[in-house]
Amino acid sequence: MSGNGYLFAAYAVTWIIHIAYLGTIVRRYSRLQREIEELKKPGVKS
Amino acid sequence: MKKAFPILGVLTAVLLIYALYMALVWAPTEKTMGNVQRIFYYHVPSAWTAFILFFVNFVASVLYLIKRKPAADIVALVSAEVGVVFCTVVLVTGPIWARPVWGIWWTWDMRLTSTLVLWLIYVSYLFLRRFSSSGQTPTLAAALAVLGALCVPFVYFSIWFFRTQHPQPVMGGGGSIDPRMLHVLLINWLAFSCFAFLVCWSRYRLEKLQRDVDHAHALASLLDPRGSGR
Amino acid sequence: MSAPTGITRATLLKDLRLEWRSKDAINSMLFFSLLVVVVFSFSFDPSAEESRLIAGGLIWVAFLFAAVVALNQTWARELRNQVLDAYRVSPAPANSLFIAKTLGNFIFVTVLEALMTPLFIVFYRLRALGPAWQLLLVAVLGTWALVVNGTFFAAMSLRTRSREIMLPLLLFPISIPALLAMVQSTTAILNGEGARFWIVLLVTYDLVFTTVCLLLFETVLNAE
Repeated sequence: MSGNGYLFAAYAVTWIIHIAYLGTIVRRYSRLQREIEELKKPGVKS
Repeated sequence: MKKAFPILGVLTAVLLIYALYMALVWAPTEKTMGNVQRIFYYHVPSAWTAFILFFVNFVASVLYLIKRKPAADIVALVSAEVGVVFCTVVLVTGPIWARPVWGIWWTWDMRLTSTLVLWLIYVSYLFLRRFSSSGQTPTLAAALAVLGALCVPFVYFSIWFFRTQHPQPVMGGGGSIDPRMLHVLLINWLAFSCFAFLVCWSRYRLEKLQRDVDHAHALASLLDPRGSGR
Repeated sequence: MSAPTGITRATLLKDLRLEWRSKDAINSMLFFSLLVVVVFSFSFDPSAEESRLIAGGLIWVAFLFAAVVALNQTWARELRNQVLDAYRVSPAPANSLFIAKTLGNFIFVTVLEALMTPLFIVFYRLRALGPAWQLLLVAVLGTWALVVNGTFFAAMSLRTRSREIMLPLLLFPISIPALLAMVQSTTAILNGEGARFWIVLLVTYDLVFTTVCLLLFETVLNAE
């Protein structure tokens, strides 16, 4: 790998890590939204 | 408050793209290392951001121990998590930088080693949060955070002395920095700080929502123990 | 201040008496010490010159293992007999309990170390080129560093899931500066070099962490 290859790898890995973390946040958020819909359904006191 | 988020998001994205341009194009090429040196503009701001986040964790933890406000606990959790993410970036970009420059992936140099220990301390903090029962978690985590933060000066001192006794190649070099490089470095730091803030904010909202939902579930099962759809 | 020290002494003596009566614990620790040294001897050939250079590190890793084993044991008994809840309800200051537990652990780990050290010296043909009393000082300071944090984290881990793994998970990262100091000072003394920086670091570390653990123990004990 040339110098530029390492440079590209470093920048790419940085964003892969950040996007992966953001992905977990988004995933948990949509799961929570679904749970909230469940809670709002009739027959469930809350 | 909620309207601000998308606006800040767009601004941060623009800032990050600008910072990337500065790092890859505008910044002068380093004499000895060539283009690989540009990893510096991602590696160092990530480290500074991680340290700031860990400091926020310390302050929030102390605040929680004194005031017992749930918000302080959430801030502590969020800052530790996002701090670990940024710290991971530092530990991964470090070796990617070291390999072409020094020929080895890891040098046990002072900064990288200290960052590794810091990462270990805060990952153990996250494990404690995951494995303790929810009533106690905020208090136990806050206590651990205080101990961890107090450990940091010891980590730096001990590794510093160790390195003066057993010198290794120093990554990132010492000495003065070209003012143009400093400029690019600071811009990237600003961009990543804004990014970190937004990530923390998102995580904070998620955690707050999670706790509200858990609370609602608890109430639901209290009021209707026979069947609440869970 | 006689009441707290009285409680400390009583708790400590009770623990020691219990351990002494259960010969199992002592025998298993004896055998454990021997096993550790033998395993290390097979892993790091004592006849090699390099091994004698890293003997300082080897010994402390062995001591660290011993400390984790001892620490995991001591709180488990309290939990089984719900003694912990009794302590929380009683007016006795939590610090007395913490000091008693820490001292008890310190004694146990020191016993283990005392059993392992002669074996290490013999197997690795160790000779101290520096003053041997400094080695003793390092042993005391280092063991205290491991034990004071270990006792604190053991109490924290008590009601977590996977209790036994939580203790080393929490203890090791925070102990790294102290471990570095222990190993470097031991190696330095064995090789007749100065260890003053490391000893001062250990003293500072012990003072800081003992103080903070004492300050936070009551909070941790009553966390709910």
